[in-house]
Amino acid sequence: MTIQIDIGRCVGCGSCIPACPFDALQIVNNKAQVNDNCTLCGACKDACDYDAIIIEAPKELETPQDSFRGVWVFAEQRDGRLKSVAYELVSKGRELADDLHTELCAVCFGHRVEGVQQLIEYGADKVYLLDDPALADHQEDVYVGQLVRLIREHKPEILLAGATSLGRSFIPRVAAALETGLTADCTGLEIDRESGLLLQTRPTFGGNIMATITCPVRRPQMSTVRPHVFKRGTPNAERKGKVIRVNFDRESITSRTRLLSFVEELTDKVKLEDADIIVAGGRGLGKPENFQILQELADVLGAALGSSRPPVDDGWIPYSHQIGQTGKTVCPKLYIACGISGAVQHLAGMQTSEVIVAINEDPNAPIFEVATYAIVGDLFKVVPMLTARLRDARR
Amino acid sequence: MKIIVCLKQVPGTTEVRINKLTNTLIREGVESIINPFDTYAIEEGVRLKERYGGKVTVVTMGPPQAEDALREAISVGADEAVLISDRTFAGSDTLATSYVLAKTITKIDEYSLIICGRQTMDGDTGQVGPELAQRLGIPFVAYVSQVEGISGGCIRVQRMVEEGREIVESPLPCVISVVKEINVPRLPSLLGTMRSKTARIPVWKAQDLGIDANKIGVSGSPTHVIRIFYPQRTRKAEVLQGSLQDQVEALVTKLRENKVI
Repeated sequence: MTIQIDIGRCVGCGSCIPACPFDALQIVNNKAQVNDNCTLCGACKDACDYDAIIIEAPKELETPQDSFRGVWVFAEQRDGRLKSVAYELVSKGRELADDLHTELCAVCFGHRVEGVQQLIEYGADKVYLLDDPALADHQEDVYVGQLVRLIREHKPEILLAGATSLGRSFIPRVAAALETGLTADCTGLEIDRESGLLLQTRPTFGGNIMATITCPVRRPQMSTVRPHVFKRGTPNAERKGKVIRVNFDRESITSRTRLLSFVEELTDKVKLEDADIIVAGGRGLGKPENFQILQELADVLGAALGSSRPPVDDGWIPYSHQIGQTGKTVCPKLYIACGISGAVQHLAGMQTSEVIVAINEDPNAPIFEVATYAIVGDLFKVVPMLTARLRDARR
Repeated sequence: MKIIVCLKQVPGTTEVRINKLTNTLIREGVESIINPFDTYAIEEGVRLKERYGGKVTVVTMGPPQAEDALREAISVGADEAVLISDRTFAGSDTLATSYVLAKTITKIDEYSLIICGRQTMDGDTGQVGPELAQRLGIPFVAYVSQVEGISGGCIRVQRMVEEGREIVESPLPCVISVVKEINVPRLPSLLGTMRSKTARIPVWKAQDLGIDANKIGVSGSPTHVIRIFYPQRTRKAEVLQGSLQDQVEALVTKLRENKVI
């Protein structure tokens, strides 16, 4: 792929410069010039009123690997229970498979995993199950080896996996082993009607920019998706499908890394990712003790306690409560943000919540841009008032 | 013990804001910095060197000015640096980048441990570390929050997962990616600053590394960015009015109407 400026057409107006997210254009001698920062994204091409920017599509040296068919979902489990993201991806994968008129398969590694049949109810046509005590823990070396082997054998055109700590760690190794493309943390997945390619949309630059990415030639097209980005569909107990127990060479079940022990860390009574209601605090709380005010509201609502990054950085609350780009992504029915200004990194982790209430003293706080209801006021007055009001209502 | 730290120079994007009138990024005053997560990787490398002896080599792939990031790493304790820079690398995705880094690290020869930050601040993928490990055929441990110790050719670490912390042991050599909880990076020392100014930093190009031109740059990258746009904020907050007590009352009513409480 190449970019060229048609010197005859370029009038040096400079309208391409602000359109470039990578600072790759400048005007030299009244003509646009491209530097090394260019990623050929095409943003400048759309901004040019004179059709002076020419981006040539790559000559297809290889043809897409057409023998690859079907959509696959890696269905992650922990302690024998499927994670919520597995159902979310099966639901999304069903849509993609329908658009491509192909089958949807889930792949599950573990031991005595509950509810594998449910993957079929949520939309899978087949479930490839590798069941062995050696797979109970997340043995990443083994997971990489087995998933690569299955993909080479069955040749799916798309593979989706959760962007969990496991997925983000071992799925890139699968992509590297297969020498194919992988797009992290997708928030949008759809099939391009013309080309049949998977359009993978993700936030980048800390959520400031969205990018749509394709993997035109190599297969499978691979994406990770953060939990709670896609909605879980409705299960249908009537759906038919097959659970296929996959045999494998037990000799190959060795992992170089060893899990020695596990320390559970969530101090919360309600698990953040599964909570219907989240009460979250930010820098506006002022000091660690003030999380107590939020905890009281959370207790009345049966809510989980969340945090933006600054309180975690300052050690007021453990990292497991952090919501945002480098923390958890959540999508509760109700999100109450107290004293959170709303940096894009935080918004990236919660803006798909059904109803968002923002309580902040600063009327210009960016959190209000994603809120459903806004109370501009002192959280130290508003939150206790709300707690008392709800407590009265319960009596 | 020979430690390699991979780092990336990124724009200080926390400074980047969207101009609401033109819907573009405001870039004035944005300088290039070491990817913040990589500063923890450098610090951990230097601490392990201080604990077990050896040396720390920092490596970056980027444009010529990425040399500044390497000099900064030397100022906080890295011993050597290598800049991998070639116009043909421009536009490489994570798979192509991991290929170039693997070629580089193979050329550096002997190493026991490779440390990366958990992800970069601009791309946010966190994929280069695990892809690099796979290409080198060595184990990978992500999200390390503490190195408990190194002995008998093994490293024992704590790593963060959603539910808590796992204690994991891996044989060396391996790749680890670190989180910010692992340490507090030091400031440059006077001696370090002096060394960083005089250090000779070799620049390796594609031909120095025996790179296959079909595996790098835009054409060698399996993924292509086809569109870039700014996220749409679709909600318009309803600002509640009246006394705080009235607002709280109104909020409770609204939440009930929405059936969320």
